[in-house]
Amino acid sequence: MATDLVSALADLKEKEALKIVEDRLNAKEDPLKILDNARRAMEIVGKRFADSEYFIPDLVYSGEILKAITEMVKPKLSKAAEAKRVGKVVFGTVAGDIHDIGKDIVVFMLDVNGFEVYDLGVDVPAQKFVQKIKESGAPIVGLSGFLALAFDSMKQTIEAMKAAGLRDKVKVMIGGGQMSDEIRKYTGADAYGKDAMAGVTLAKKWAGAG
Amino acid sequence: MEKKWEEMSSDEKQEALFARWISPEGVKFVSPEAEKAYRERTTRFKNALQLKKKPDRVPVLLIPSFAPAYYSGLTPYDVMYNYDKIAAAWKKFSLDFQADSHGGCAVPSPGKFLEILNFRLYKWPDHGVSKKTTYQAIEGEYMKADEYDILINNPLYFFYYIWPSRVFGALEPIATLPHLSCLTEMYGVAVPFFYYGTPPVKAAYQALLEAGDEALKWIQVVGGFDVEMPSLGFPAHQAGPTKAPFDVIGDTLRGTKGIMLDMYRQPDKLLQAMEVLTPMFIQLGVGAAKMAGNPLIFMPLHKGADGFLSDEQYKKFYWPTLRKVIMGLVDEGCFPFIWAEGGYNSRLEVIRDLPKGKTAWLFDLTDMAKAKKALDGIACVAGNMPMDLLTVGTTQEAIDHTKRLIDICGKGGGYIMANGAFFDEVKWENLKAIVDTVKKYGVYK
Repeated sequence: MATDLVSALADLKEKEALKIVEDRLNAKEDPLKILDNARRAMEIVGKRFADSEYFIPDLVYSGEILKAITEMVKPKLSKAAEAKRVGKVVFGTVAGDIHDIGKDIVVFMLDVNGFEVYDLGVDVPAQKFVQKIKESGAPIVGLSGFLALAFDSMKQTIEAMKAAGLRDKVKVMIGGGQMSDEIRKYTGADAYGKDAMAGVTLAKKWAGAG
Repeated sequence: MEKKWEEMSSDEKQEALFARWISPEGVKFVSPEAEKAYRERTTRFKNALQLKKKPDRVPVLLIPSFAPAYYSGLTPYDVMYNYDKIAAAWKKFSLDFQADSHGGCAVPSPGKFLEILNFRLYKWPDHGVSKKTTYQAIEGEYMKADEYDILINNPLYFFYYIWPSRVFGALEPIATLPHLSCLTEMYGVAVPFFYYGTPPVKAAYQALLEAGDEALKWIQVVGGFDVEMPSLGFPAHQAGPTKAPFDVIGDTLRGTKGIMLDMYRQPDKLLQAMEVLTPMFIQLGVGAAKMAGNPLIFMPLHKGADGFLSDEQYKKFYWPTLRKVIMGLVDEGCFPFIWAEGGYNSRLEVIRDLPKGKTAWLFDLTDMAKAKKALDGIACVAGNMPMDLLTVGTTQEAIDHTKRLIDICGKGGGYIMANGAFFDEVKWENLKAIVDTVKKYGVYK
């Protein structure tokens, strides 16, 4: 049985990871240290995903284990742990499209890679993106879509940013389903990411953190 | 004397189903030209599919989602709520684009039916999405993580009582109904039936009856279309659909996240449940093929695409029961037309493990050169007209891509031109150009 939380979580050993957390909390260990271990483990998970060693099921499972760990640790935290954030991203599935699996994976990967993500959910109207960009000052926007109808919604969302005078202040990436570089041109986005890791790489580049 | 079905080999069964498809009983062709076109088209498909003979040219089939509605200036809402508009729009689409087949017109499910039963599995026009938008599934755990034993031990009970009570709000009360396995004596025979007299169960059954009326109105349109199209010269490219057991569970029973967690937390239950579903989904296809007199069974594949599973996970969880369903269909003379949505590049080696000339694989985003190479001599390949070209490409780009596909995949036969993904509103001139290009450029000399 692994005693090291980093490898237990990175290797997706759910029971072992949770037992280690329980034991360490019982031993009155600083909960921030536990969270830091979990973060390091998630970096390994992300790297394995990027290297095609892990796939979506592994990512989803690691997310579930991480959620359970966070829930165990949270009550023990004296004050909200301020994680170091490398940048802000506004993210959502565009108007008319309610698909969330792809979006959730990218949001999750951005989160574990240190980004503060404003996830607007699905079927997000253009104005809601505009509003959130203004409010948060986020310099990066991710538009997700699974259906072909999203091509036009993405285009309209980017046009709305233009109309609000925000287009020069943000970098926009698109991804999901039938997206391609042709569609990127059509929508006026800055980049197209073919999978979650491509999205993270773009965000890091744009945030100057890569 | 003709052999009985049970005495035939799987090859003979397949030939018998193809023969029924090529010479359909009871079809009154509108003209000798229509009859000729029908026979040429079915024969063209048969030759491309079986890999035995080179067809006269590359066949072309289109699988639209709501495209025929948009093409006729109608919204998805219009056709889901006015059934009489469906057949006219779908017919116009077939006649104007002149592909080699039709795929039925069952895409627009009847809106009022969905309302009566309060369908929860999807959002549909004016019910969660706009009137102009297609219906979209809502991911969820409609089967709970601890319900595998019910599905495994009593699949019919699961699909008759539990499942409908989850996905149809109006049928929630039927989950309370008892098993009727105790009715073996006069004593107590009425006991389980008192439930049927309770107001909630009565209301559920009332809803079922009304929904039945609505489904009947709708099916007359859909069935009428299926009768009319062959008479105009267009064969149906499918008798019906079936699915991979992994997708049955992963799409709508447990959902994507649910099944992925089950792969870790209760892999044996998941594997067992897929084995239970396997004969059911073989029978689904076999029954449709025999009834329609058409060997082609469509199998849309979802959660085994590139990236969704590792190679190891695909081989352990996805492929074994998919292969069993495919082989079960093949044994009964069906011709599985497998639609690998998304990318399938990483699966090409695995799917080679199939008998020669018994399946067709329609690819969406897969590298077609690789696919053709991997499946050469094993299976007919189809598809790959990309959505971005249909939607935002120029007509010339669409023509060029069509020619390129024919060059790469068409050599020696065994290729069918088709769209890669379900499509709605596209550039109609591009679609027309693709079909026309196939007819000119795809002729075998």
